[in-house]
Amino acid sequence: MANTLFDKIWDRHVVQHVEDGPEQLYIDRLYCHEVTSPQAFEGMRRRGIKCFRPENIFCMPDHNTPTHDQDKPIEDEVSKTQVDTLAKNAEEFGLNHFGMLNPKNGIIHVVGPERGLSLPGMTIVCGDSHTSTHGAMGAVAFGIGTSEVEMVMASQCILQQKPKSMRINIEGKLGKGVTAKDVALYLMSKLTTSGATGYFVEYAGEAVRDLSMEGRLTLCNLSIEMGARGGFIAPYEKTFEYIKGREYAPKGEAWDKAVEYWKTLRSGDDSVFDKELTFKAEDIEPMVTYGTNPGMGMGISESIPALDSIDEAGKASYLKSLGYMGFEPGQKLTGTPVDYVFLGACTNGRIEDFRAFASVVKGRRKAPGVTAWLVPGSWMVSEQIKAEGIDKVLEEAGFEIRQPGCSACLAMNDDKIPAGKLAVSTSNRNFEGRQGPGARTVLASPLVAAAAAVTGVITDPRELN
Amino acid sequence: MKQKFDIITSTCVPLPLENVDTDQIIPARFLKATTREESFFGENLFRDWRYNADGSLNKDFVLNNPKYSGEILVAGKNFGSGSSREHAAWAIAGYGFRVVISSFFADIHKNNELNNFVLPVVVTEDFLASLFDSIENDPATVVEVDLPNQTVTNKATGESERFEINGYKKYCLMNALDDIDFLLENKAKTEAWEDARR
Repeated sequence: MANTLFDKIWDRHVVQHVEDGPEQLYIDRLYCHEVTSPQAFEGMRRRGIKCFRPENIFCMPDHNTPTHDQDKPIEDEVSKTQVDTLAKNAEEFGLNHFGMLNPKNGIIHVVGPERGLSLPGMTIVCGDSHTSTHGAMGAVAFGIGTSEVEMVMASQCILQQKPKSMRINIEGKLGKGVTAKDVALYLMSKLTTSGATGYFVEYAGEAVRDLSMEGRLTLCNLSIEMGARGGFIAPYEKTFEYIKGREYAPKGEAWDKAVEYWKTLRSGDDSVFDKELTFKAEDIEPMVTYGTNPGMGMGISESIPALDSIDEAGKASYLKSLGYMGFEPGQKLTGTPVDYVFLGACTNGRIEDFRAFASVVKGRRKAPGVTAWLVPGSWMVSEQIKAEGIDKVLEEAGFEIRQPGCSACLAMNDDKIPAGKLAVSTSNRNFEGRQGPGARTVLASPLVAAAAAVTGVITDPRELN
Repeated sequence: MKQKFDIITSTCVPLPLENVDTDQIIPARFLKATTREESFFGENLFRDWRYNADGSLNKDFVLNNPKYSGEILVAGKNFGSGSSREHAAWAIAGYGFRVVISSFFADIHKNNELNNFVLPVVVTEDFLASLFDSIENDPATVVEVDLPNQTVTNKATGESERFEINGYKKYCLMNALDDIDFLLENKAKTEAWEDARR
């Protein structure tokens, strides 16, 4: 019986099994952003130690960065301190640092893959739950806490129980207007936000293989929202083509050798997973969420579940959630007026997402009364938007493009959705107050977000063409 | 905070909601601190449930109800889902909780609690439902969490369950040791592993 791909990568990185405990896992890449790293650096200083392998650590600010006037000092003093602290810490500990106006800057989970820093077969961690994104490159990537960030700084290792393995197959072809984001929201709606807790997920099947690299990054990004430690996709030719020539990717002989190894990175035909689930691509339509966790999603043509379909222990949470959103059980969401639209985040801030958004708004106008924030995931994405002329299409339709960062996904900068306002957002979480205190979030794909932006109401994008 | 963990006997604060995410435990706007000030995070634990939009106390929220207090937080299933922010564990510790009891924890948050000497205790759905009932009937209900014997006991009903924790982590908690101490001691093994890979 062959090992699963997850076993192959994980087991290769085990330094030792701790007696009656976890495994000591070697980490190839540590990413640090400004929010979850300062206390780890503080701990390192308190212990009086240096980073064990500083060359494997890459730092960049993304959560606090403003999405306008980045050449001016950050107005929010506390945000500025946090961003400056990362720069100082990176310098003190001798780490790679891509500061705010550095052309390599952007959201850490967008930058890693696009710069060739996240590669197949690697173990990758960051003090950020969306580190699962890098799994799209065929890596074992997962989010950790700040104490664990300090562990990796100190030793390039982490102590971790090996998760169980799960394979999720999406068979068949996705329909028109259905994106990787919809696949992920569909999976969460079936599995709930805890359905994959304790597991590492391998995504497979025709619909997954057909996804572009950007789509795969979106799918893997959302693994954590099903509770999974991480999610990944076996690397194929498409992965190698994406990586080739990128700045930090191996070159020349090293490249050939790397590809040779990467080609071995797949589960065997007879690999056995602790759990295996199969879904049909044709069952998935554009999705929207109606509640305050990402598992509370439905097809855009469907209605919010009736109260009697919810189990007894969950009723209080369900009613609290709908009460916060101002929705009723049984209600449809199409036609609901929208105040804000947010395109961006590590979930949907890549070039393909901007292409998709532009394809809907082209030749149309932004609806009056809708405020739209379009935030590229990195400067590289921003440059590509210009190179492809997408900026012109968006401007003609009444949209402006902002500067890169996490932005309204979690509203640590100034991009906060005001209390009570409804946002259709391509980000990853619709938790209470996530996009600003009192903000109400409907998660959706860039196509659904674009349809809302031009009609002013929640609209099925398939009806616009 | 590093502290030795043994047996905790305390009244409980009940939070019978499911899927409590770390954005609720500590909202993102309180993550801008650059030091580990547990008291600051503790003051803002469940901030947006604890306070109204105008900054006044939300009297309906359990932390503001004088009937309930103690070192044990009892929460509905899938506690700590979402963001990996360790600030959530700092807030729980900073407020004064040393144990969180639930029927299910999100993975990252569970590790974060353990790394901050807060013990996540996983109990069955039945034990949890019964414990919520006991606390509702009598807020003075006491629970005993015995780490050496890995048992949790509802003193009101006498119900007791064994909970799981690996031997290594149990040793760390009982002796106030953390994983970084262990990893630093094992550097030679890490270097040997690196050499073997080359």
